Amino acid sequence: MSDLAPSRRHVLKWTGVAASLAIAGSVLPNFGISAALAADLGAGDIGVLNYAYALEQLEAAFYTQAVKTPYEGIKKSELAKLKVIRDHEIAHRDFLKKALGKKAIPGLEVDFSAIDFTSRASVLGTADVFENLGVAAYNGAGKLIENVDYLAVAGSIVSVEARHASTIALLLHGFGKEAAGGKNVDFKGLDGALPPSKVLPAAAPFIKTPVTADSLV
Amino acid sequence: MNTQDNFILDTIDPEIGERIDQGRRNLFARYAAPSVLLASAPLVLAAASTEAFGASLPKDVVDVLNFALTLEYLEAAFYKAGNTASGLIPKEYRALFRTIGAHETAHVLLLKGALGSAAVKAPKVDFTAGGKYADVFTNFETFATLSATFEDLGVAAYKGQAGNLLGTPVLTTALQIHSVEARHAAAVRPIIGKPSSDTAFDKPRTKKQVLAAATPFLS
Repeated sequence: MSDLAPSRRHVLKWTGVAASLAIAGSVLPNFGISAALAADLGAGDIGVLNYAYALEQLEAAFYTQAVKTPYEGIKKSELAKLKVIRDHEIAHRDFLKKALGKKAIPGLEVDFSAIDFTSRASVLGTADVFENLGVAAYNGAGKLIENVDYLAVAGSIVSVEARHASTIALLLHGFGKEAAGGKNVDFKGLDGALPPSKVLPAAAPFIKTPVTADSLV
Repeated sequence: MNTQDNFILDTIDPEIGERIDQGRRNLFARYAAPSVLLASAPLVLAAASTEAFGASLPKDVVDVLNFALTLEYLEAAFYKAGNTASGLIPKEYRALFRTIGAHETAHVLLLKGALGSAAVKAPKVDFTAGGKYADVFTNFETFATLSATFEDLGVAAYKGQAGNLLGTPVLTTALQIHSVEARHAAAVRPIIGKPSSDTAFDKPRTKKQVLAAATPFLS
């Protein structure tokens, strides 16, 4: 951890603050002042799909920026890998938007002020956080899904997110234990699985649009 | 959009509300009987603590878990042999393969524990596949190629079975293994010059397809 950039620590700190707030309020976070501007994920499978759509919007926006303004000293091969991941996240985002149709939440406004896009450590450190958060989010949301077709969709996306997590780990650490999951995999060989009540507060600092998930268990 | 995306798109249409109602009905019909069992506290606890509960699970869920266990046995044995084969794995990759091997062994223990007396026994294995990969434990490239193959197969296998676990207490555990297999695949593929992922959407494989791919290694 010690070799990570200050921005990564900043990210984690923000995450902690947001999580504490959420626990203190005993509700999922609504950071907005005006309810009219909030994006409510909805209930049931719609809620789960919108939840995934929100996370994919965040990831797609992040990689779009990371590719548009590459960090200092980026290698050609690194930029190529980030472009592949960007394209995947955009495909996930657009797929979910299409699937949701009129029930889709609006496009979210992101806030990446905590990320230093000129710094390799900041960009890859944030990518590491986002990918592992995404994996745990999909794994935790599986049991909330009622329609078997949507479970298949989530399954087809989550393993790609896990592959991304490995790609980022390879860039950060080379062919070590991290690329196989490192600390994200427990002693039982299990990956993370987090409920929306843990994931949304972690994502909230990067999303300006208030997202409410009052109906999403 | 490629064929694979279309395949996935076929599962969703704009009439999403209707589909969800349909899905609920299907779900209820499929799990009406077992869900009473599955929702009971002791079973949920058993799943969480991975104590034996195989005998109490519906047969189709036991079948899925035993299918997964068979693949995990195969993978665990593969890495055990590879990680102990002198001079096979170059130093820079040893930590990676040791970690992967430890995960697969943990998956075996987890599934065996969950299935209890219903667990199948470890299959006899032949990683040369009848001589086709005779140098599997002396040639690193062959070893890494088979490793990537097994991991990708594992990802597709768990994905293909997830639907059969919908509404059961073992779904989350299966998903948590599924994504670990994907991490493994993505870590090993670049060693043999493959991208970590082929597409934005990973494809499932049916049990039949997976067994057809695994059979040459089961003696």
